Amino acid sequence: MELSLIVVVVVVTALAFDFTNGFHDTANAMATSIATGALRPKVAVLIAGALNLVGAFLSVEVAKTISSGLVDEALISPVVIFAGLVGAILWNLLTWLLGLPSSSSHALFGGLIGATLVAAGTGAVNFGAVLTKVIIPALISPLLAGLVALIATYLAYRITVRAHDGTTKKGFKVGQIVSASMVALAHGTNDAQKTMGIITLTLITAGVLAPNSGPPFWVILSAGLAIALGTYMGGWRIIQTLGKRVSDIQTPQGFAAETSAATVILASSHLGFALSTTQVATGAIFGAGAGRRLASVQWGVAGQMALAWLFTLPAAAIVGAVAAWVAGTGVTGTIIVAVVLIAAAAGIYAASRRRPINADNVNDVPAPVPASAAA
Amino acid sequence: MGIAWGSLFIVCVISLAVGVAIVALVAFALVGLSARAHVPAGGPDDGAPTVGPGAGTAIAGVCLLAAAAIVGYGLWIIVA
Repeated sequence: MELSLIVVVVVVTALAFDFTNGFHDTANAMATSIATGALRPKVAVLIAGALNLVGAFLSVEVAKTISSGLVDEALISPVVIFAGLVGAILWNLLTWLLGLPSSSSHALFGGLIGATLVAAGTGAVNFGAVLTKVIIPALISPLLAGLVALIATYLAYRITVRAHDGTTKKGFKVGQIVSASMVALAHGTNDAQKTMGIITLTLITAGVLAPNSGPPFWVILSAGLAIALGTYMGGWRIIQTLGKRVSDIQTPQGFAAETSAATVILASSHLGFALSTTQVATGAIFGAGAGRRLASVQWGVAGQMALAWLFTLPAAAIVGAVAAWVAGTGVTGTIIVAVVLIAAAAGIYAASRRRPINADNVNDVPAPVPASAAA
Repeated sequence: MGIAWGSLFIVCVISLAVGVAIVALVAFALVGLSARAHVPAGGPDDGAPTVGPGAGTAIAGVCLLAAAAIVGYGLWIIVA
């Protein structure tokens, strides 16, 4: 009985993480479309949510492999997974409050690694896999997406320099909507599957599913719905950061950025690199900003984000480790962790209400101060 | 602990080629479509080669078809 209760708690917590993953990452697909006015904010999040749901059904390859390799499944229990999810959720909420587009995937991996370290020791974490599967893609993918977006933006402006202004504006707007939709679809296939993988792993460790089975239909459906709902809620704080504070993004840049992000995400997940959609999309937006004019990019904002990226995995790991330590003391400990999580989430939500950002004011940002004036 | 440098290299090359190609194709298509909207009053005097509305539309159609084919092929590889 106690076993099945903890399984239910883990499944609910995993879906909660999936929900935060959704609203944290709406910005990846839709920030530039909202900023350029190609889509109205409410319409943008509706499209992104629907395509995330569709994307969740496209493939289960990532779900099958996501939980294998980083940590030794034989050594962890549902309580460890629960603790890891707590670390990931708290870090996601905190970075959302600050409007920082950090990687939900890294938060998840970090939380799991921290919780596993405490519960099962260093032997249960495969640091080689962490380096090759997480750290190296994390370093390369945003730079690659940025470079592709930079070249593409430069070409887009050069090629259309003599073209009819109204035609190019309209054309790039349509292109931007299509490419942003591709990013939302790619996000659904990638990130919804991470939660499916976690839930499936929990069911396997609890003996509900046979080892090596794929996710059951209800897991795919609930994970898809949770991420779609989260996406529809719209992480307006992060949308504002990416759409308005990085650079003043125009339609050709938005189109180039989303096309680059979609290409990099789809190409690398097809070849088995579990990269962060957030970091790729952010890199692409910086590249697109720089492709028009280097000085138009707010490099200070880039510095803040780089710091948040650096801290994501270790910070989530520390929270996950503490949660695993407390939850490992028994049922009371697990309840304490759950109560602390709910209290912290409520507190962060309350703090966000003091300066709310929503669909109506997401584009209202004072014009960025030029770098030369700020220096 | 083997880093799959080969796959990494393929990802870099494919992303660069496909991403840039799609944006460039769409940009060329828009240049073609501009021929429909843009009616020069006194003929070409800026030295740029002019394209008639029909040819422009044809160029745009070919470019957009090529872009759609690349995207469709990519999705097909992933789903199949």
